[in-house]
Amino acid sequence: MAKILNIVETAYRATIEEQDDTVLWLSHMLKNAGADISILLRANAVNYAAKGQDASGLSFGESKMTHAPEIDKDVQKMIEKGVAVYLVEEDAKDRGLADGDLIAGIKKIKRKGVPELLDQHDQVWHW
Amino acid sequence: MALGKTLTIAIMDAPYESSNSTTALRIVHAALEKGHNVNVFAYEGAVNLTMKAQQAHPNPVKGTSVEQEQHPTTKDWVGSLFKLASKKGVKLDWVNCGLCVDERGAGDWIEGPRRGGPKDLLDASSASNATLVIPTK
Repeated sequence: MAKILNIVETAYRATIEEQDDTVLWLSHMLKNAGADISILLRANAVNYAAKGQDASGLSFGESKMTHAPEIDKDVQKMIEKGVAVYLVEEDAKDRGLADGDLIAGIKKIKRKGVPELLDQHDQVWHW
Repeated sequence: MALGKTLTIAIMDAPYESSNSTTALRIVHAALEKGHNVNVFAYEGAVNLTMKAQQAHPNPVKGTSVEQEQHPTTKDWVGSLFKLASKKGVKLDWVNCGLCVDERGAGDWIEGPRRGGPKDLLDASSASNATLVIPTK
């Protein structure tokens, strides 16, 4: 089984309509299907690791969104399922995210460590 | 079946929004032309690429009619890629993500693509020589 690294760079791409992040969702589905898959959060997507996100409360007229996306919880569930979730430390720092802001289980790596991470995987899918 | 290699491409953009769609189709074309098999996983808006109801339109700015404008549609391009695959004796396996289709009401597509899901991407990737992802940015 090939080791796949999904790099998520684009953040909050239709997450309201989808009620999740489409690439994290896809990764979760692939994990359930037996894939050996890891995730690297970089650029704006590092914010997916910020705990306590709340996107609830949206309504249009009488239409109320009752199940808002909970991206941090989605990431947490994948970690609990055995998916290694990495995060580029400098990208988090640039966006004001301190260690205490991040959910548990995230693996921080420095930007210069990204090539080594890529080398540890057979396939790299950059979303 | 040709003896070429197999390429899997995951695409995500809706048609007529970015050059990503055309780029992906150009890559598919080039691979088929060279005798390689191609798997396409159309994810999210990319499922609209093959919708049967796409219509060419005139161009009011140029003052051209539908016939004069010959506006391309992605469903015709994809249809031509299936014909090319047949002509070359190679396989084009185009999977439209089923849940993405449902949420967009995009279930009426041209002959060729089939409905599938994420496991199809995993299986296709596992059986391919290379996998390329072209996401929406």
